[in-house]
Amino acid sequence: MKAVFTYDNNRLTIALSGELDHHGARDIMDKIMNKIDDTLPRDCHIDMGKVSFMDSSGIAIVLKAYKKVNAIGGRLWVENVQKQPMHVFDAAGIDRIIGISATV
Amino acid sequence: MKEINKMKLEFPSNSVNERFARSAVAGFISQLDPTLEEVGDIKTLVSEAVTNCIVHAYPNEIGRILLKVSIYEKNLVEIIVRDYGKGIEDIEKAREPMFTTGGDERSGMGFTIMESFTDSLKVKSTPGKGTTVSMKVKLSQRVRLR
Ligand SMILES: Nc1ncnc2c1ncn2[C@@H]1O[C@H](COP(=O)(O)OP(=O)(O)OP(=O)(O)O)[C@@H](O)[C@H]1O
Ligand SMILES: [Mg+2]
Repeated sequence: MKAVFTYDNNRLTIALSGELDHHGARDIMDKIMNKIDDTLPRDCHIDMGKVSFMDSSGIAIVLKAYKKVNAIGGRLWVENVQKQPMHVFDAAGIDRIIGISATV
Repeated sequence: MKEINKMKLEFPSNSVNERFARSAVAGFISQLDPTLEEVGDIKTLVSEAVTNCIVHAYPNEIGRILLKVSIYEKNLVEIIVRDYGKGIEDIEKAREPMFTTGGDERSGMGFTIMESFTDSLKVKSTPGKGTTVSMKVKLSQRVRLR
């Protein structure tokens, strides 16, 4: 599991790649939270285009990031979600809380 | 129900084995020629159940996890994940969406996802003795060219 951050003009993009399970999430949870603390973004995009597998561990990460960004008055989206992760987001009903869009 | 094939794995509750477990099951069910979506669902189920053993059953120790998969006629797959750890006090409550004892590292959606991806989900548990989760999934029977 890898997270690549780009920050520009109040916009933080977090590009994730690999398999987002509990094992993979352990490596990146703190990095993501610290990056949001450091940059205080107005817009935060989580790009999941390269996440080939995700379970409920991914939901916890996205929710935690969402709460943190929300608390500083920012907005968060999840983008480029592949089929399997999208099915997991759907089953958990996360799209009622956070904007999530599929790969095109 | 006639059993056609089965497999059994045992491994320690190291988190690196989450990926191993779901890949092993995906490999085993490939004989049923599942769709990509079906493989994704099965991998998710295994990942949820095995992660629960690693995170909740054995929070401060490495314990044994048993994974059994059986294939029955008409493309019925049964996956059983068993641990010998902490156990669950109130199963009904544990199965509710958003219920978690894992703090903000977890979302409490594991059982909800397992419920949604299976035709049947059974949870048996004895506090202090362990937990067994049985999941049944009926795969599509696609016309096969041989
Ligand atoms: N194998 C197990 N042994 C002991 N307790 C368990 C086990 N599986 C689940 N539980 C209990 O049931 C609760 C709900 O499990 P569920 O998988 O739905 O959510 P979670 O694991 O807490 O969060 P998530 O799966 O979204 O990461 C857990 O928080 C835990 O208290
Ligand atoms: Mg869980």
